[in-house]
Amino acid sequence: MQALFGQLLIGLINGSFYALLSLGLAVIFGLLRVINFAHGAQYMLGAFVAFLLLQYFGIGYWAALIVAPLIVGLLGAVIERTMLSRLYNLDPLYGLLFTFGLALTIEGTFRYLYGASGQPYAPPPLLAGGTNLGFMFLPNYRGWVVVVSLLACLGTWLLIEKTKLGSYLRAATENATLVQVFGVNVPVLLTFTYALGAALAAFAGVLAAPIYQVSPLMGSNMIIVVFAVVVVGGMGSIMGAIVTGYMLGIAEGLTKVFYPEASNIVIFVIMAIVLLLRPAGLFGRDA
Amino acid sequence: MVELSEKMATKVQPERNTSMVQIGLLVVAVGCLAAAPLFLYPIFLMKLLCFALFACAFNLLLGYTGLLSFGHATFFGGAAYFTAHAVKEWGVTPEIGILIGVAGAALLGLVVGFFAIRRQGIYFAMITLALGQMFYFFCLQAGFTHGEDGIQSVPRGHLFGLIDLNQPTNMYYFVLAVFLIGIAMIWRFINSPFGMILKSIRENEQRAISLGYSVRNYKLGAFVMSAALTGLAGGVKALVFQFATLTDVGWQMSGEVILMTLLGGIGTLIGPIVGAGLVVTLQNYLATSDFPVTIITGVVFMACVLLFRRGIVGEFYASRLGKKLGF
Repeated sequence: MQALFGQLLIGLINGSFYALLSLGLAVIFGLLRVINFAHGAQYMLGAFVAFLLLQYFGIGYWAALIVAPLIVGLLGAVIERTMLSRLYNLDPLYGLLFTFGLALTIEGTFRYLYGASGQPYAPPPLLAGGTNLGFMFLPNYRGWVVVVSLLACLGTWLLIEKTKLGSYLRAATENATLVQVFGVNVPVLLTFTYALGAALAAFAGVLAAPIYQVSPLMGSNMIIVVFAVVVVGGMGSIMGAIVTGYMLGIAEGLTKVFYPEASNIVIFVIMAIVLLLRPAGLFGRDA
Repeated sequence: MVELSEKMATKVQPERNTSMVQIGLLVVAVGCLAAAPLFLYPIFLMKLLCFALFACAFNLLLGYTGLLSFGHATFFGGAAYFTAHAVKEWGVTPEIGILIGVAGAALLGLVVGFFAIRRQGIYFAMITLALGQMFYFFCLQAGFTHGEDGIQSVPRGHLFGLIDLNQPTNMYYFVLAVFLIGIAMIWRFINSPFGMILKSIRENEQRAISLGYSVRNYKLGAFVMSAALTGLAGGVKALVFQFATLTDVGWQMSGEVILMTLLGGIGTLIGPIVGAGLVVTLQNYLATSDFPVTIITGVVFMACVLLFRRGIVGEFYASRLGKKLGF
């Protein structure tokens, strides 16, 4: 019973990261039609910026939670403006290839500078220790991660579905030219969207830093799983990306309890089954 | 592949009237390859030929069918494992071992292709990447691959039980022969009616469907063909280096072959060979320094996509000199 709840919690935490990352991918893809392969690298960058802020400037976890996404988002904006924006009227595969090269460059650089091994990053003192819930022991920090990532997902969903800015975004997804005719500055909107996606990834990275170690390779393994999550959920809806992320995280956790050998591949197996039964994905609109 | 196909459409015509210049160049190239071991390290040359064949097999899918697979390491590394296992544990002759590798890769291609062709474009790339990662984890845990150690000290054996492949010169000419056969098969394949239909699918899938072609079966056929030829390269590579490891099935390997093809020129027959030559030479050059290859690989990737999407050979074909030579 203990093991079951323990793995469920780990599954829920992994699911939080899957949800945050696939959400960012879906937001970027929705408007830019680019699959952001550098998403894993941006997640890693978030964790590293938090680590470096602490190391060199003594800036702690709470400030890093805000500052790191801002820095990575800004970096994303620069990349979008100078390079990625030149690829919009080409086949979407070129966007994938470009961001793949970007991911290799970022990861290679950090591996060169900091080595392949992970760096420890302590959780903030406020969230140290744990709480006994009766049926299981919950480390406070992990509980925090689940809550705050849920809030971040919800916040992004609200931003896109319920605000004026979000309505511009959704309109531009449907018909960018028409939105531009109405006087909305679509290129700025595109830059903002890419920066938002990158910032979300960095936010997930800062959250992940105290749980996993801060390592240059933490993103590349994550991104492939997140791609599978995106294939399962379909990129049609924001909510779909969030729900699928949590679902698959929990499915992975349960597999660790009942059949640990398959825990690495269970998400890919689910992806294959979904492709057989519902090729467009669980929430997908395109056939 | 809109942009890609427009460029291709202008190329289809002159491809057919092969001029004397091109035949001359072909003869010179084969002559150079035959004489190369006199000047260069044979292991390096064999590595180059294996990767060149790998890239050409990959290009069969990307360049001629318009499908971007991000999981071709599965067939390359998978075949390397199969060949290494068959030769080492079952004691079969090298040519049988390679055939087993090819058959295994084709079978893997059938399975991966069956799932992947259910989606198009960007999803196709993500599905092949995910399935490739699944195969990686399978290889990590399966018994016959020996996990992190890989299959070590694979014997090269005697070709047809007669020719000793431990002799570097014999091995080199064997690899060269396999390479030339592989390239000839690809050339024959893309100029066959089957290849023409693949090109029509690349140009306009909807129209191909409306003309009554079962696009799915053609795509699957191309996928299996590409996987089998990739397996040919992987099997030979296992014999050249005498080991098969996880490196060959990782996603980085899939990325590498995309880079070779993109750098050389998507949809050209010799582009991937040029690209493979450059990338392998670069890796060889950097192997002794501690500067990571990934940074350069990444930068070259970005530069290719931003500045010359046609690749080196593609740009040459489009240049004035290239046109003069009848490409």
